[in-house]
Amino acid sequence: MEQLVALNPYNPDILPELESYVHEQVISQMYSLDANLCLLRLYQFEPGRLNIHVVSRILVKALMALPASDFNLCMFLIPERLQLEEPFLTLATLAHFLETARFREFWDEAARNRDILEVVPGFEQAIQGYAIHVLSLTYQRLPRHVLAEAINVEGLSLDKYLDHQVKSNGWSLERVHGGQVLVVLPPNEHNHPVLKKNATDSIPLEHVAKLFPVLT
Amino acid sequence: MAYASYGGAAYDDDSYDDRPEFRDGLRDIQQQDPGYDASTHVPDVVKTFVAYLYRHIREKNVYEIHQMYEGSFQKLSERMFKQSPWPTAEAIASYVENDHVFCLLYKEMWFRHLYAKLTPTLEQRFESWDNYCNLFQVILHGNVNMQLPNQWLWDMVDEFIYQFQSFCQYRAKLKSKSDQELLLLRQYNEIWNVYGVLNYLQALIDKSMIIQILEQEKDGSVTFTATDGYDYHGGSNVLKVLGYFSIIGLLRVHCLLGDYHSGLKCLTPIDINQHGVFSTIIGCHITAIYYYGFANLMMRRYIDAIRAFNQVLLYILKTKQYHQKLPQFDQILKKNEQMYALLAICLSLCPHGKLVEENVNNQLREKYADKMQRMQRSDEALFDELFSFACPKFITPAPPNYEELINYNQDAYRLQLKLFLSEMRQQQLISSIRSFLKLYSTISIAKLASFMELDEAGLRMALLTYKHKTHVVDYDGSILSNADVDFYIDGDMVHIADNKVTRRFGDYFVRHIIKFEEIINDLDRVQLDSV
Repeated sequence: MEQLVALNPYNPDILPELESYVHEQVISQMYSLDANLCLLRLYQFEPGRLNIHVVSRILVKALMALPASDFNLCMFLIPERLQLEEPFLTLATLAHFLETARFREFWDEAARNRDILEVVPGFEQAIQGYAIHVLSLTYQRLPRHVLAEAINVEGLSLDKYLDHQVKSNGWSLERVHGGQVLVVLPPNEHNHPVLKKNATDSIPLEHVAKLFPVLT
Repeated sequence: MAYASYGGAAYDDDSYDDRPEFRDGLRDIQQQDPGYDASTHVPDVVKTFVAYLYRHIREKNVYEIHQMYEGSFQKLSERMFKQSPWPTAEAIASYVENDHVFCLLYKEMWFRHLYAKLTPTLEQRFESWDNYCNLFQVILHGNVNMQLPNQWLWDMVDEFIYQFQSFCQYRAKLKSKSDQELLLLRQYNEIWNVYGVLNYLQALIDKSMIIQILEQEKDGSVTFTATDGYDYHGGSNVLKVLGYFSIIGLLRVHCLLGDYHSGLKCLTPIDINQHGVFSTIIGCHITAIYYYGFANLMMRRYIDAIRAFNQVLLYILKTKQYHQKLPQFDQILKKNEQMYALLAICLSLCPHGKLVEENVNNQLREKYADKMQRMQRSDEALFDELFSFACPKFITPAPPNYEELINYNQDAYRLQLKLFLSEMRQQQLISSIRSFLKLYSTISIAKLASFMELDEAGLRMALLTYKHKTHVVDYDGSILSNADVDFYIDGDMVHIADNKVTRRFGDYFVRHIIKFEEIINDLDRVQLDSV
């Protein structure tokens, strides 16, 4: 399909194939930004052929691609008056919540709109993945309730989830004063800036070696 | 070659510009009365102009063609055709042996002049489309053996897209159209059709194999950039160079449609940070960087945008004096101003002042110091103002709904503006977080929340937003930070990363110790003459 898009970037004849490719992406949990942008482009050129269900699925897939800005890229191509209608209004709201890390509000709104989201398998996991990503950029250790709110998992399910992460992804749990549990995320260059720092204050041995003749 | 009979035996020097009428500053040339009939009356000066130009094209004298194209054509236009069209191609055809290709080229210049000085009628818009189609067909399918100046080839692509833009804007204003016009528009909907425009540009790229050429150039098996695209082995530069410029053309068209990702993707064969054929033509250089920078801005890749704008603004600053005489100087100045505005936006969102060269920075401060401060305090009206001033003229590519006679030419721009402003709103708190973080090395969530007048949950969300917005996903999927101040949170404490560049005292001392040692050794060797 990528070949087809590469060879026919501006060909309205491939529109049906691009539409069925969207359905394929949904079913088999794949994703192609280029193919979807190509389709949105064709819809832009021929608004009469625009299929709301297909566009809706494209946008849901784009949300799942966060932290990449695919959702915004798609929105640039969708006419304004269409964006004011459903389901686009809801999807834009959901995107807004995610972009500003309002996870509580996101999950609440998502629950009210299951019909748009449930048609795309893997949605929940993808958003949880995005939430973990943002948390990993920010926290070395975070309170359990912050994590719970972000990934919309509580109680026993959360325990199980944490268990799994501890075993497979290098997480750990710490108990601190006051009984609070902190989740310790694996270190990376974003939550441990020390890791990123270049050793700018050290001098290589070779440079100092030049001084040896002087010192004697 | 019967050229000697045109213009008389006295003018057998090669250069058109050395002709007496030019040396005397076109004194005796009369301004054409707007009422004159362009289709029959051909002034003598024009007769000689086309004859010479035709000859130079046939003889592949690229330098002379360039002089005539950029110099003489402008001078004659200024003097004689300030508000009227040049004589039609039909009228001058007999002076150039009715050469089909020359007439297409002449018409290309003719229409460009018309669009610039007058307002084209609907029929003329149709005809200019037709001419480009014919011209491109000949270049794609014929075997043109010309060498044309790159400036002209760039202008062809540039003008082609400009006329497309102009048509879309024109078509979108349905309110004031006559029934006749509406009928014609409905009937001939393949004219200036977006598919046509995109596919011609793509065809030029494909047929010229320019992408492969640029690839092969890297290992030295092919020369293209080294000769500025010109062919010194008797061939033609036209198809290759048009293909090359079409790459930038596609970037521009995609940006006008709001598809920034695809636009940047189209540009990948050209490395914008290196010298290339694009940087040899000032108009092309500016267009390429302007759209590249704008696309990156809309994709939140602020560092890439800043670097690109800085590069070209510095170039313009250094070379402005040499371009003053160019016909496109006004355009250059306009784009210059727009790019300063875009740079101001980028730096307000991503304050990496180090990336901006000193002189460019001075210019920027002069124009936007106050506004940048206000933008950092999330002044939405200012973002609106600067964006609206600096953004491209977006277009709606689809044919109109003729049932609804409204003007919708602003729709595309309004959509892009709206989405841009909502992004600005999402980034609203980032500036204030940044200024607080700069003051502390550690601060508790509770304390920072109270300073920012948020509750703790709200602050946590704002800090996460800061991280998300400043960490961009790169093309290979890795995460790049463009934050100037960074932090991490440990439980309830925010720790700010110490980003100060440590002064390299060690190296400094080593260097000077060795230098002084050398001086001392030299002094020791000096023998003082005993008196």
